[in-house]
Amino acid sequence: MDKIDQTDEPTRRTSYGQRRKDRIDALAAASIDEEPGISLIRSAWKRLRRNPIFLVGLAITVAFVVLAAIAPWIAPWDVTASPLLDKVRPQTNPVPGPEPGHLLGGDDRGRDLFSRLLVGSRQTLVVGVFATLFGLLGGLTLGTIAGALGGWVDSLVMRIVDVLLSVPSLLLAFTVASLAREPSQWTLIIAIAIVQVPIFARLLRGAMLAQRSSDHVLAARSLGVRPWAIVFRHMLPNAMGPVIVQATLSLAVAIIDAAALSFLGLGNPDQRQPEWGQMLGLAQRYISEAPHLAFYPAGCIIVVALGFTLMGESLREALDPKSRR
Amino acid sequence: MTQQTHRPSQFGGGSAEPLLSVRDLRVTFQRHGEEAFHAVDGVSFDVRPGQTVGLVGESGCGKSVTSLAIMGLLPDRGNHVEGTAVFDGEDLLTLSRSAMRDRRGSDIAMIFQDPLSSLNPVVTIGRQVTEVMERHQGLSRKEATPKAADLLERVGIPDPKARLANYPHQLSGGMRQRALIAMALACNPRLLIADEPTTALDVTIQAQILALLKELVVDTGTALVMITHDLGVVAGLCDEVNVLYGGKVVERGGRHGLFKNPRHPYTVGLLNSIPRLDAVRGEKLSPVPGSVADNLPWTSACAFAPRCSNAIAPCTQETPQWDGDEVVGFRCFNPMGGPR
Repeated sequence: MDKIDQTDEPTRRTSYGQRRKDRIDALAAASIDEEPGISLIRSAWKRLRRNPIFLVGLAITVAFVVLAAIAPWIAPWDVTASPLLDKVRPQTNPVPGPEPGHLLGGDDRGRDLFSRLLVGSRQTLVVGVFATLFGLLGGLTLGTIAGALGGWVDSLVMRIVDVLLSVPSLLLAFTVASLAREPSQWTLIIAIAIVQVPIFARLLRGAMLAQRSSDHVLAARSLGVRPWAIVFRHMLPNAMGPVIVQATLSLAVAIIDAAALSFLGLGNPDQRQPEWGQMLGLAQRYISEAPHLAFYPAGCIIVVALGFTLMGESLREALDPKSRR
Repeated sequence: MTQQTHRPSQFGGGSAEPLLSVRDLRVTFQRHGEEAFHAVDGVSFDVRPGQTVGLVGESGCGKSVTSLAIMGLLPDRGNHVEGTAVFDGEDLLTLSRSAMRDRRGSDIAMIFQDPLSSLNPVVTIGRQVTEVMERHQGLSRKEATPKAADLLERVGIPDPKARLANYPHQLSGGMRQRALIAMALACNPRLLIADEPTTALDVTIQAQILALLKELVVDTGTALVMITHDLGVVAGLCDEVNVLYGGKVVERGGRHGLFKNPRHPYTVGLLNSIPRLDAVRGEKLSPVPGSVADNLPWTSACAFAPRCSNAIAPCTQETPQWDGDEVVGFRCFNPMGGPR
């Protein structure tokens, strides 16, 4: 077997699961700083402030969050109403085009497309944030247990995590989501969260193990500090760096996964409430007559996911001592 | 190996019963399917209240492992500890984990080599000092904070109240080591183990930290175990010196005796490798040749023999026995200055 490459380029013969594991471990390893936390964050911020890539990502993210927050109040039309219904002609003109007052035209039920895109950002945000949050919580719990206790508990938890990681994430999310009797926004959130858990767990466990053998943990032990205080006061706060970076990147993945699952019809069954993935799914039918119906929600998904990724990647780069210029 | 009769130390410091009495300490590292490695191979020494005892040797001689074993801080797996380390009538090596945790920080404390990495980077200095007092003395954080400020002042940190709110990276190297010393002293331990406390510091700061440690030992009667590779540190601080090689004590003596009349060739080698002001200009330093990788097993030879300029035939055939007592002695077939 070839030696596993520690860079981003996986060697040909490593398995899918192994590649994912390696990538996560490389992230965890990058967190072992030679500099202390606070100055690290400060110097990272200094570099981030001048990094145009980070600023673009930040701008997209902030714009997205603000728009999602105020969407219902700024949307020109009610998303469930069909003001353009009388323009819909199933045979000749299934999708009404743009006209004054309707910037992007309507969808096949005469609903204002622009308003639906705007309000659709809310579900995307909610699913993305909650899925990442739950994934983070689950991953933190498992990673802390494994990293703090070690031994057979660590082995058990990490084998389960490895199994979960060996399944392609979308397939896993799809399976979990389809197990739910009634699909809803929450089954979507839980399905995506379950996909995120092993990533966070492995990342945190790696960082916790590095902390465990660190000098300051030894020093704390030499002063008789109790084990729980060692874990929660001395290890966990110092192991969180890569996890926070991963959370930013995971938001992008969660948003894409949410859109994919909604597209496949596993999302919110209430089709009156807009969601980008679901809008994309409905656009399929009119892809030749009205490609813009697919283009707009897809563009939104891409831009938002790009925003989170740009931000997360530059954050990772800034915190990674190895990539410092 | 050593006589069990007690003789008061003739090298200053306390003369009472030993506070810590380490006997035949052995630490063996063994991983699955690998050969056992004897990091510490039968080390014995005593520390009396108010006394400063040095453990000296180069990297890999087992001095740090000795201290970690006494503190119960060795990793859970992959090692085996034998022997006794009696502290105040109790064998530390057989204490339960929680009992040992109660001792650490209150009765015995330790100072580490690298002050920056030994402090938690995301917790303030004040919080790290009060944590120890909260843990062992049952104080609230509010009660502990003024005491922490006093403590920082005592170890020579200026403007201690302001420093309490600082993070480790905001302090200089010397201040960090002082903060670490403050944490170790927070509960007035009776035994302090300092593992190379000055190695990571500037020379001027080194002198300050050593002076501080000396002062604390004199003021409080704390016993100090000083682990170092630097004979200069030993010369300035220690009452008694144990020279370690390959996990065994190869020579022991009071600092004056040891410096004036070293017996073991390894001790001589260590002394010769110190640069001297009065040496002839251009004269080369004479380091001990080879490295610890050349060691022979103690079971059938003297581990130091391959590097020894004084080696004779028995050195590679038999284990040299301890020639001396609890206070002075060496382990050599062909010591400097002839046999005892």
